[in-house]
Amino acid sequence: MHVPDGFIDAPVSIATGAVAAGAVAVSLRGARRELGSERAAPLAGLVAAFIFAVQMLNFPVAAGTSGHLLGGALAAILVGPYTGVLCVSVVLLMQGVLFADGGLTALGVNITDMAIVTTVVAYALFRGLVRVLPRGRRSVTAASFVAALVSVPAAALAFTLIYAIGGTTDVAIGKVATAMIGVHVLIGIGEAVITALTVGAVIAVRPDLVYGARGLERPLKLRVNGELVDAPAARPEPAPAAARVSRRGVWVAGLATSLVLAGVVSFYASANPDGLEKVAADQGIDEKTKEHATADSPLADYGVRDVGDARLSGGLAGVIGVGVTVVAGSAVFWAVRRRRSADSSASSVPEGV
Amino acid sequence: MTASLEVCGLAFAYPDGHQALFGVDLRIERGERVALLGPNGAGKTTLVLHLNGILTGGAGTVTVAGLPVGRQHMAEIRRRVGIVFQDPDDQLFMPTVREDVAFGPAAAGLRGPELEDRVRTALERVGMADFADRPPHHLSFGQRRRVAVATVLATEPEILVLDEPSSNLDPASRRELADILRSLDVTVLMVTHDLPYALELCPRSVILSEGVIAADGATGDLLSDETLMRAHRLELPFGFDPRSVPTRP
Amino acid sequence: MGAGHAHRLYRHGHSPVHALPPHTKLAAAFAFVLVVVSTPREAAWAFGLYAVLLAVVAHAARIPAGFLLKRLLIEVPFVAFAVLMPFVAGGGRVDVLGLSLSVNGLWGAWNVLAKGTLGVAASVLLAATTELRALLLGLQRLKLPPLLVQIASFMIRYGDVITDEMRRMRIARESRGFEARGVRHWGVLAKSAGALFIRSYERGERVHLAMVSRGYAGSMPVVDEVAASRAQWTYALALPVAALAVCLLGWTL
Repeated sequence: MHVPDGFIDAPVSIATGAVAAGAVAVSLRGARRELGSERAAPLAGLVAAFIFAVQMLNFPVAAGTSGHLLGGALAAILVGPYTGVLCVSVVLLMQGVLFADGGLTALGVNITDMAIVTTVVAYALFRGLVRVLPRGRRSVTAASFVAALVSVPAAALAFTLIYAIGGTTDVAIGKVATAMIGVHVLIGIGEAVITALTVGAVIAVRPDLVYGARGLERPLKLRVNGELVDAPAARPEPAPAAARVSRRGVWVAGLATSLVLAGVVSFYASANPDGLEKVAADQGIDEKTKEHATADSPLADYGVRDVGDARLSGGLAGVIGVGVTVVAGSAVFWAVRRRRSADSSASSVPEGV
Repeated sequence: MTASLEVCGLAFAYPDGHQALFGVDLRIERGERVALLGPNGAGKTTLVLHLNGILTGGAGTVTVAGLPVGRQHMAEIRRRVGIVFQDPDDQLFMPTVREDVAFGPAAAGLRGPELEDRVRTALERVGMADFADRPPHHLSFGQRRRVAVATVLATEPEILVLDEPSSNLDPASRRELADILRSLDVTVLMVTHDLPYALELCPRSVILSEGVIAADGATGDLLSDETLMRAHRLELPFGFDPRSVPTRP
Repeated sequence: MGAGHAHRLYRHGHSPVHALPPHTKLAAAFAFVLVVVSTPREAAWAFGLYAVLLAVVAHAARIPAGFLLKRLLIEVPFVAFAVLMPFVAGGGRVDVLGLSLSVNGLWGAWNVLAKGTLGVAASVLLAATTELRALLLGLQRLKLPPLLVQIASFMIRYGDVITDEMRRMRIARESRGFEARGVRHWGVLAKSAGALFIRSYERGERVHLAMVSRGYAGSMPVVDEVAASRAQWTYALALPVAALAVCLLGWTL
């Protein structure tokens, strides 16, 4: 979803450019904290190269179609939010300058929604869930799933907001939102499964490398001449700032708030009746749109069937959406738990270097 | 005189719980060329990574030319211990050979003609002076390995540590590298599976097995001791007899 | 991502455009695209003139039209999007071939297509005439934060290495009879991705190690610098300045 030139007008392009520059500047400082000031350049560079490469890894869906990872959520969970923002930004910058992928004036827009929003949303949600869920690796995988799932439509929402301010065509904002978010919820499911599986794969072999899972490792024991001794504390890793100030209760409250917000926001958003379908019906092109794959699902068009009041039904849909997300997350959680017990003995340890 | 390298009771486990070193003791005098032999998984690379403080947090001590490896002297330790990694792609991270070799001395503050001089000398010592402006990945593997040695030589280290220097080299490149290493006047610790190479270059060898030093002596003697060799999964190439090889200085 | 000196879009040559210092070209390309985006969409002739300006640059750089046009294909997904616009946009409507289309949407589609195409063409010209190494030096010269340039530089240096590792892992999977065909194989692919991350991260650690063992303490020593003369700046900025003149005409006419 690299935005080309001409989608967003010049003033808003410049403004988002400034937002992106500011966020990158903050991330540069943050990444030095996350990686250590000396290690920031090579590690972030290699992680950027990894994101670049993994975006080319095709995940076949069915019948010749395939998806690939966007990587914002994955980067945030594996290396931390600041480094994540930085790596995805550099990938976008290089794609724009080297491959003409994404417009030069749209760099600000692209960095804002794909590098900043995905990463920040994913990491905030991830930390929140890790606080709430029971301590353990399975929770990390489940939290990764939810974080990635939400991060993609969140980026679409951010794009919609930018479009609302600086879009060059007056397509009704409700339509842009419906189209963008609808499509990206689907993309988000793929992103979530891949991200959760990938984080799970890393955590099984090198739990210490998963930034979001720091503090979950067991203390090390060393055997010297047949005796077990405690290893001295490893290098002091910078604890994620959130970990120090927050408590479980705060996170539970935060999650509950977001659930309520999702309901309330959808409640008001859906009060605006002019969706894509209305125009389609008015203009007589509804036969085509009816073929939409999810049109028959109960949540289609963000309204719950058989609930008359538009606002109420929209609000319910929002809450149900969050609920489904949690259920889906738990499903992955259980699936991974089952798998892990099966192959935990098989996972081998790579020799250091 | 203080030893170039002294390792005492070194033990270490990786974060996943896998323990690689179980109390290693090793002393290398200045100017020695020592081969570190051992089967796969013996802990050789883990040991090397302790020499300049990349891995810490285990038990035991490492001292380089009298200076203990620890937080407070890390910059000096890392200048003194020049590690040539097994994969030259790790070592050559700059866009051109010249910039890569210049990296060390430039980081130490060298500029202008002095820097150029240091770069040229280091590249001449490995016979790569004509390739200064090439990007590293346009070179052959053997050439990259030689440039990797040059990048470390340019910082004038106390001890040169080579991780599998002969791996992936064709016979000609292998011999060229041996000639280069023999011409250098520095302490060398060479981690290798290539036993004839160890015999050719290093008068002394130590065998690291299951995380401890299992044997330490003249390379020819160790390689001739069939029981010892078999016990540590070390094998000479077919038809190779260490006793029949003429010793070199 | 091609080899470190070249990349997929780079086209080796010795034209005056190739010879320009990289930061002047970067600045010119950015300024040009910004001017294009600021042009009112109703001034259709202005976009024609922009296209002529780019054609002049392509001619000076000796980039064949075929090469340029082929690279424009990257835009195809947005053409699809633009085609939808006349159907979904609001405002007054016209009937074209029996379809009721939004006037506004038609303008919007034209706007995105024209500006998007010119933007891609400008980026392609920049990439086709500038080596990777030079691009990085140019970004550095344009005062991008050094850490950002370093990250980009490492990404470029190791992009190939890591893509190659990924390719070898795929070959290893396939030679053992595994071929990913659907969602149920995602686990295996994700394990590969996880392994690739670990390898990349560990390589980053080894690269860092190779750097610190040669005295790296957080900043890269500056070995190379690029500089541009006033004449070179004038030459490079001729493009955006000419475009600006067109743009101003577009606003006044």
